[in-house]
Amino acid sequence: MMDMLLLVLSGLSIAIGVIALLIGSLGLIKLPDVYCRIHAVGMIDTAGASFIILGMIIHQGFSLVSFKLALIGVFLFFTSPIATHAVAQVAHKMGVKPAGRNLVKAAPTKKAPTKKVNAKSAKGKS
Amino acid sequence: MMMIVAITACAVCLVMALVRTALGPTAFDRVLAVNAIGTLVILGIALHGFIMERPEFVDIALLYAILNFIGTFAVLKIFSTGSLGDQSTRAK
Repeated sequence: MMDMLLLVLSGLSIAIGVIALLIGSLGLIKLPDVYCRIHAVGMIDTAGASFIILGMIIHQGFSLVSFKLALIGVFLFFTSPIATHAVAQVAHKMGVKPAGRNLVKAAPTKKAPTKKVNAKSAKGKS
Repeated sequence: MMMIVAITACAVCLVMALVRTALGPTAFDRVLAVNAIGTLVILGIALHGFIMERPEFVDIALLYAILNFIGTFAVLKIFSTGSLGDQSTRAK
């Protein structure tokens, strides 16, 4: 009974991990930009890898192998956000523009109306 | 049984990441895809060890995890500064 429960639990965990892997790699193909694709890679690295490793740990039981698997999981969980953050930082530093409409033009046109609104409200108060 | 499904999904995702590596417009897309390929290879090695009932492969997977992290940072450092920190070969 207990073995059956553990088997079902590990299968369920691996299934969640497989779904996360497929969603992440689909996003890696479909998304338009480096900054968007970083989200998909984060999905693969944290959700997919962590759930599959959790499933393998549950399948294995308590031993040295499961300790090593937990070590891999913790290492991936902490280093992959650092790596994707570094990719985003270097891409921004080297001048990669985000894809999208009116992203650059929207910034100055937004500032001007807020100044006018502030002046009007100040006049109204006085 | 579930392990075989998982390793097949790893292979499918690896092919999709290879497509992004081939047609990524900038170099950072390729770095990102190679990072994802490294993670998928780690999972594949560990799952292969479980399917073949030889869990010693987990050690190799741990080594690949460390190498993947260091390799990504080395490539990014070459992109951003032009060297790996060696003062004598730094581009002027």
